[in-house]
Amino acid sequence: MTEGIATALSIRNLDKEYTRGKPVLRAITLAIGATGITAIIGPSGTGKSTLIRCINRLVEPTSGEIVFQGQDLVKLDRRALRLARRQIGMVFQEYNLVERLTVMENLLCGRLGYVAPLKAWLRKYPQGDIDRAFSLLDTVGLAGFANQRADSLSGGQRQRVGIARAIMQEPKLLLADEPTSSLDPKTSVEIMELIGRVCRDSGRGNAIPVIINMHDVELAKRFADRIIGMSDGRIVYDGAPAGLTDAMLKTVYGGEAWLQ
Amino acid sequence: MAANPRAFERNRLATFGWLALAAYVVYACSRLDFTWARFMTGLDNGARFIGRMLPPNIAQPDTLLKGLTESLEIAVLASFLGILVSLPIGLIAARNLMPPWASWPARAIIALCRSFHPVIVAILFVKAVGFGALAGILALVVASVGFIGKLFAEAIEEISLKQVEAVRATGAPFMSLISYGVLPQVFSRFVGFATYQLDSNLRNSTMVGIVGAGGIGGTLFAAFQRFDYDFVCAILLCIIGMIMVGEVLATWVRGVFLERGKVDEE
Repeated sequence: MTEGIATALSIRNLDKEYTRGKPVLRAITLAIGATGITAIIGPSGTGKSTLIRCINRLVEPTSGEIVFQGQDLVKLDRRALRLARRQIGMVFQEYNLVERLTVMENLLCGRLGYVAPLKAWLRKYPQGDIDRAFSLLDTVGLAGFANQRADSLSGGQRQRVGIARAIMQEPKLLLADEPTSSLDPKTSVEIMELIGRVCRDSGRGNAIPVIINMHDVELAKRFADRIIGMSDGRIVYDGAPAGLTDAMLKTVYGGEAWLQ
Repeated sequence: MAANPRAFERNRLATFGWLALAAYVVYACSRLDFTWARFMTGLDNGARFIGRMLPPNIAQPDTLLKGLTESLEIAVLASFLGILVSLPIGLIAARNLMPPWASWPARAIIALCRSFHPVIVAILFVKAVGFGALAGILALVVASVGFIGKLFAEAIEEISLKQVEAVRATGAPFMSLISYGVLPQVFSRFVGFATYQLDSNLRNSTMVGIVGAGGIGGTLFAAFQRFDYDFVCAILLCIIGMIMVGEVLATWVRGVFLERGKVDEE
């Protein structure tokens, strides 16, 4: 798929077992190109979320290699991991905003990896970060919301803040774990469009690759450049959305009654 | 003969327990001379006591004022120091953020602080550092650490880890993780615990004086021993006044800090 294109992320033989002898991920090997949206689909409990969380080690991989920007993330110590995480933005299904902080404070959370704790606590961020936060609020359609508390926003608005927070990091890779699963269909499309827009231009003219877990196959086909189908901890499909035939979906999800 | 089906199982052990409790109550009453006749003689004495309390008389205004201000100072200082100390201890005691080797010692400190009534702690400190306000302050600091530390740790153990996870994913250093991911979630509850403890310290600061640890309690105890019941009455009224002012103050402090948090106080 990605041969000939620069590789942003390369996963080799990644295994994950939460309990011994019950693998959730089995020898996942995957290369992600430098741009474009990669959607991971598959039935619930098949390890999509675990896979994405292994990349920034919110979940510790059991074994394998995850090479990002020339270093194996699996081997990093705490400090190096922290520095690597600054380069990886993440968007969550339930937004995971700090509810009692304002929209602006949530956006600036994206800069916490770069700002000293005391300065962050005193809210003394570089003016450049603040300017960027305001312009990002504009981009995601939330101009004027800066001082509202996150818990006063609707689901769609929260996810926009979540995306803006991730982009504030100026990431080199964006992970999204079911970003639209808690949203209505119309808002889902808007959020996917927004993700597509920010990954083509993350603010400084840089395109970044995006990996998204999705359970809505149609949405995945519509927005992704590449689809990875997972079943039982393994990759069973890897290719263009067009190649995702009914027969293929049957392999991924099993059964066929739901396809009618 | 088949017995009728019973809808409710009879619990013989519970029946026995109730009977035993009733028997013990009767036994304890007789042992302690807790009888109606004794109560009536007591009432008689009480009426004379109240008669001597009225009208209240501020026999020693200087001593009264000094005692009250000292109590207030003890309460405020003890609350301030107690809150300051309990914040890190409570944080370290939270088992969802800290490894067991850190949280167990912190939990042990909290448990130790909670095991004695402030009066007993005050006696210990009077013996250790001598009579006066210092002993009272230290005793109430211990009480504050026990109370706020425990509740603060429990509040942290109930936070949403999703918010913490999101902050962690940005590559935030540990201290920023605490100040952005954890503290905003527990801040309003912490203010609640702290103002409640200020209130409670104000009450306790009037009592540690009885064992010589400073404050109005000493004056009160001395007045009791001199049978100056009208002065006792004046002191008691002043304490009531002080507690009420404290309550208003605590409500005001809560209002200032929690204005932003009104939504979740519903």
